[in-house]
Amino acid sequence: MIAYLARRLGQAVLILFGVSVITFALLYLLPADPVRQIAGRSATPETVANIRRELGLDQPFLVQYGRYLAGLLQGDLGRSYLQRSEVSELIAARLPASLLLMAGAIACELVFGLTMGLIAAVKRGSALDQGLMVASFVGVSAPQFVVGLLLLYVFAVRLGWFPIGGYGSWRHLVLPSVTLGILGAGWYARMMRSSMLDVLRQDYVRTARAKGLSRAVVLLRHALPNAILPVIAMVGIDIGLFMSGIVVVESVFGWPGIGQLAWQAIQRVDIPIIMGVTLVSACAIVLGNLLADTLAPFIDPRIKLQ
Amino acid sequence: MTDRIAPEPVIAAARPPRGPQSVIGRLARRPLALVGLAIILLAVLGAVFAPWLTAYDPNEQLFEGLTLEGAPLPPNAQFLLGTDLLGRDLLARILYGARTSLVIGIVANGVALAIGTLVGVVAGFFRGLLGAALMRFTDLMMAFPALLLAICLAAIFRPSLWIVAMVIALVNWVQTARVVYTETSSLARREFVDAERSLGAGTPRILFLHILPHLLPTIIVWGTLGISTTVLLEATLSYLGIGVQPPTPSWGNIIFENQTYFQAAPWLVFFPGAAILALALAFNLVGDALRDVLDPTQRGRLA
Repeated sequence: MIAYLARRLGQAVLILFGVSVITFALLYLLPADPVRQIAGRSATPETVANIRRELGLDQPFLVQYGRYLAGLLQGDLGRSYLQRSEVSELIAARLPASLLLMAGAIACELVFGLTMGLIAAVKRGSALDQGLMVASFVGVSAPQFVVGLLLLYVFAVRLGWFPIGGYGSWRHLVLPSVTLGILGAGWYARMMRSSMLDVLRQDYVRTARAKGLSRAVVLLRHALPNAILPVIAMVGIDIGLFMSGIVVVESVFGWPGIGQLAWQAIQRVDIPIIMGVTLVSACAIVLGNLLADTLAPFIDPRIKLQ
Repeated sequence: MTDRIAPEPVIAAARPPRGPQSVIGRLARRPLALVGLAIILLAVLGAVFAPWLTAYDPNEQLFEGLTLEGAPLPPNAQFLLGTDLLGRDLLARILYGARTSLVIGIVANGVALAIGTLVGVVAGFFRGLLGAALMRFTDLMMAFPALLLAICLAAIFRPSLWIVAMVIALVNWVQTARVVYTETSSLARREFVDAERSLGAGTPRILFLHILPHLLPTIIVWGTLGISTTVLLEATLSYLGIGVQPPTPSWGNIIFENQTYFQAAPWLVFFPGAAILALALAFNLVGDALRDVLDPTQRGRLA
C-alpha cells in the first residue's frame, strides 16, 4: 500500500514535470508578445526592451524554463505580468469559488445521475428505462455553454428564480452547478444502471427475495449499497472534466474562479497565470485519478493495487 | 442459475452471422440508432445541399433582415429561423455551419483516431522502451485539462478551419490510444499470435492480418463516439472566439457573435445550440449501438 502510493506519487511528480515543460514550451512559442501587452501600444522600443530584460524574456528557452522550475521547486509560481501580484495569491483567492462550484456540480451529478440510473435499472426494459437512457445521452451530448445560456434565459431572465450571474448566495450557485454537473449526470446514470443490473443478478439478491423480504427492502438495503459504491468511487476522475468545464461555465455565469482567471490570462497573454492554473489543474487531475484508483480495492476487494 | 449449469455448445451454431451486412441489419433494428443515423443524414444533406436549401447567402447582411431599430428578426415566414445581429439569415448560417461541424468532426477525429491507433498498437505490440515511453506520454496528456491545452494551441496558431481540426486532433487522440493499447497488448499475448509466428509469419503479416482486424470494432466504435466529442470541442472553441473565425459560419461562433443579445433574441442561441446537441447526440447514439452490435460483452456498459 505505502509502496504503491509512493510509486504513484513519484509518477505524479514526473507527470507534473512533463506538463510544466510542455505548457512552458507552448507558451514560449506563442506568437502574441506578452511584453507588448504590458508596455502598451505607445511604448518606445527602449521601454519594450527594458521590460523584456526585467522579466528575463530576452533569455534563451532553457534559461527561462530553468528559472521557472527553480522557483516552482520552492513553491513559487512567479508573478503575474499585468496584475502585479503573486500567481499563487491570485490562484488562492480564486480557488475557493471554483471548489464550491465543483462541489455543487458533484452533488448535482450524483443526485441526478444515481437516481436516474437506479430507476432505469429497476424498470429495466420499460419505456421509462429507454427514456432515461436517452436523457443520459442528451446530458453527455449537450454543449455546456448552450446549457448555461438556456438555463440563464429560462430560470433567470424569464422566471427570475435565480440571479443572472455573479457570486455570493446559494442562489448564485444553483445554475452554474447544474450546468457543470449535467455532463457527469449522464455518465453516472449509465454507470449506475449497469452497476445496479450487475448486483441484481447476484445470488444473494435472489436469496434475500426468497427469504420473503419485500422488493423495496432488497433493492434499497441489499442491492443499492453494493451498486452505488463503485460508482461514487469514480468521482475523482471527474476532476478532469471539471477542469475543462469551469473555463466555459465560469465565463458564461461570471463566476470568479480559476477558470475565468485562466481565460482572462490567455486573452492578455499573462503567461505566469496560464502556467500556474494549468499546473494546479493538472495536479488536481492527477490526484483525482490517484484517489479513484486507491479507493477501488477498498470498495471491491477483487481489485488489486498494481 | 440455469445458465451456469447449461453446457457450453460444442458447435457455435447459434453464432450470429458476421460481416458488414449483419452489422447494418442489427443496427437497423435499434430505434435509437436509426434516430441517430437520420440526424446524421439530415446534417450531411443540409451541409451538401445548403445552396439549394436556402435562398440566402450566409454572409450577406440583408437590409430587410433587421427591424427599423436595427434589432434581429425572430423566426417568421421569410426568415424561417430568424436573423442574427447583422441581419443575416440564421437558417442559411446554420446550414453552412453544418459543413464546418462535419468537416472538423470527420477530419479532426480521423487524425486523432489515426494517432491514437498508431500509438496504441506500437505501445501494445512492440512494448519495450518505445512502448513504455509512448504510454507515459499518453498518461501525461491525460493530466492536461483538455480545453486549456486546446486553447493554448489555438492561440499559438492563427485559427483557421484546418488548424482548429488539428488542435482538436492533438488533444483527442489520448482516449483511443489507451483503449487500443489495452486491447493490443492482450491480443499480442493470445495463442493464435504465437501459432502464426511459429508458422513463420513475419511481424507485418501478424499486425495487418491478425491484430488490426481484431481492433477494427473498437476503432469503429471509438471513431463514432469521438466525432461527438470533436463536434462539442469545436463548438466550444468557436464559442470562446478562438475556434473557426467569423464570417465563416460555425454553430459555435454563431452563438459567440450573438450572445450579448441573447436575452432579447434567444433563438440566436437556441437554434445553433440545438443543432450542436442533435449532431453530438446522433453520433453518441450510433456509437453506443455499434458498441452493442459489435461487442456483445460490452452491452449496455461504459467502455
